[in-house]
Amino acid sequence: MSFQEIVPGQVRFIGGTNYKRLLNPQFFTAVKNSLTYMFWTIVVLIPVPMILAVLLNSIPGKKSYLLRGMLFIPALMSVVVVGTIFRLLFASSDMALVNRFVGLFGGEPQAWLLAGSWKSMFLLVLIATWRWTGINIVYFLSGLQQIPHDLYESAEIDGAGPVQKLFRITIPLLKPTTVFVTAISIFGGLAMFEESYILWSAGSPDNSGLTIVRYIYRRGFEAADMGFGSAVGIALLFLVLLVSFTFLKITGFFKQERV
Amino acid sequence: MFFAFAKRFFFLMSLALVLVFSVVAGGQGESEGVKGGTELELWTFQETHIEFYEQMAKLWNEEYPDRQIELVATAYPYDEMHNQLLVALQSGVGAPDIVDVEIARFPNYLKGVPQFAAMNDKVEPIMDELVKGRFEIYAKDGKYYGLPFHVGALVMYYNMDILNKAGVDPDTIETWDDYVEAGKKVKAATGKPMTTIEVTEQWSFWPLISQRGSDFVDENGKIILDNDINIDTLQFLYDMMHTYNIAIPTPGGFCHSEEYYGFMNNGGAASIAMPFWYMNRFTDYMPDLKGKILIRPCPRFTPTGHRSAGMGGTGTVVTNQADDIELAKDFLAFAKLSKEGNILLWKLLGFDPPRWSVWEDPALHEKNKFTDYYINGTKIFDEVLKVKDEIYPVHMSPAVPDIINVIQSEVMYQVLEDQSKTPREALVDAANQVRAMY
Repeated sequence: MSFQEIVPGQVRFIGGTNYKRLLNPQFFTAVKNSLTYMFWTIVVLIPVPMILAVLLNSIPGKKSYLLRGMLFIPALMSVVVVGTIFRLLFASSDMALVNRFVGLFGGEPQAWLLAGSWKSMFLLVLIATWRWTGINIVYFLSGLQQIPHDLYESAEIDGAGPVQKLFRITIPLLKPTTVFVTAISIFGGLAMFEESYILWSAGSPDNSGLTIVRYIYRRGFEAADMGFGSAVGIALLFLVLLVSFTFLKITGFFKQERV
Repeated sequence: MFFAFAKRFFFLMSLALVLVFSVVAGGQGESEGVKGGTELELWTFQETHIEFYEQMAKLWNEEYPDRQIELVATAYPYDEMHNQLLVALQSGVGAPDIVDVEIARFPNYLKGVPQFAAMNDKVEPIMDELVKGRFEIYAKDGKYYGLPFHVGALVMYYNMDILNKAGVDPDTIETWDDYVEAGKKVKAATGKPMTTIEVTEQWSFWPLISQRGSDFVDENGKIILDNDINIDTLQFLYDMMHTYNIAIPTPGGFCHSEEYYGFMNNGGAASIAMPFWYMNRFTDYMPDLKGKILIRPCPRFTPTGHRSAGMGGTGTVVTNQADDIELAKDFLAFAKLSKEGNILLWKLLGFDPPRWSVWEDPALHEKNKFTDYYINGTKIFDEVLKVKDEIYPVHMSPAVPDIINVIQSEVMYQVLEDQSKTPREALVDAANQVRAMY
């Protein structure tokens, strides 16, 4: 499809023309936004759930289960509902909740959704944090279950404190889990669409919410240019492969595990 | 073990199927008309349009008892409906008989070979009673495909509460210069802005360039987004905001946002220039302004310039996948072109009907929810008649959806809100970007 021009009632082979048209500023903006979003989601969504998982793991008994449940609830909510709620929380009027909160501290009401790049990215990462923290905690908790308990006991006998235990035992032994969670975050970050679509249904200010998948949607459906949309899709596939393989290479995923 | 599972699975599947069928059989309780009539499937993205079509279907069945129809009308979300239609027309299966297509997406379906039925035989006989420009936007190679809902005449909505406080008489506002002067008075007396300007949509910009005879593309489809008139008009919007300080960016970015409705409802700004069809936004979302809003022709740029513009719209089409194309065309023409249909467009939806010969009809001056809301309620059509011949046609081309897209996401924001580009830079960049795609 990416080598064709597809219009109602006609399909033509046009060779690499769609790929030539890829080299335009909007596409580069989309790639840049997707990569930035991926970067920030990884920066936030790996350490925070890891720490929370370790804390949850150290709380004994029923309380821990209650907290786990609470942290997992956001993941069960529809992203459309959540996005809409966030859009209203951060609405531009001075009546909106966040702006009232800012006002309490003597700040000026902000037009959050119109504020362009950094605020847009902040909102997107905030929604991602809300949405994925619980899920990542579950991954890390299952990783923590794999760590044999006697390691901690022997470390304690040798006089290790909690911080030392965390850095010397927990984090190194969690590595497989961390690699896995990072890999799915890479894919999730690059494939993000819904959050941005809910926040800005038409145009996002200065294309700050334009991700690669949104660009596919914009060209393929909004501009009825399916062939070009497919070309963007193929480009996305290669980008995901490139980033994932580089990451897995760096972390030594392909090497034999040495015991 | 496996068999037990399989049995259970089979049972569940059957149950699911039964449920699905019972829902389908229950149907979307939308269908009107008579059992045994020919079924016409209709898609729209506007809930309110369904009631209009259903009333017209009732009338049709009374008028043509030997050609009964059973209308099944469904409203889908805007994007979903247009995307489904695109795929259905592309693949040749699954399209409805009749469908509402919004103007910003319409050019997409005119690419290649339009998959719609031409309506020339219905439109041409009464062309002298129709606002022709509104049919041209849904046409290609001399074939008319879409039938409009309205003229979409641009008017000015004044909040008289604020104007009276500032001692401004709206009848003295003839040109945009007068408007700016009035705006300064309003600002000085009340501290409120004269108007709001959209920074993420095109409704503050497109009507104004149309007033001056310009557009995004010319009649041959050439992109003229960055011509001098457009640059100058965008500069004027910038000046209202940042030089004269009589305008602010629309809360929420565009005037169909919840933020804007709330802001305006609380008397946030003194006026807004929007097409005629914006009337029902006031009645539905800004109830507190009832009895305070006056409708007047929009200011003009030069003493002899146009005061209005025809904006927005929806073209209703018959697809080539309709089971009975003739019947679908006849019904659509009856709904959208007949006098009773055009009168209903006003009564029910508050639109300025495209068949202007009904504008003087007494039915358009009767009381209804719109006439009750506006100060000059029963005389609204006198205002539209004043500007009937001051509307330039809007030109469409395959590039228009793209142009609207860059206006929404780049041009308005960069110039008015971010102030990172001058009007000239922003428009030239945007135009070149779109040109590169076509």
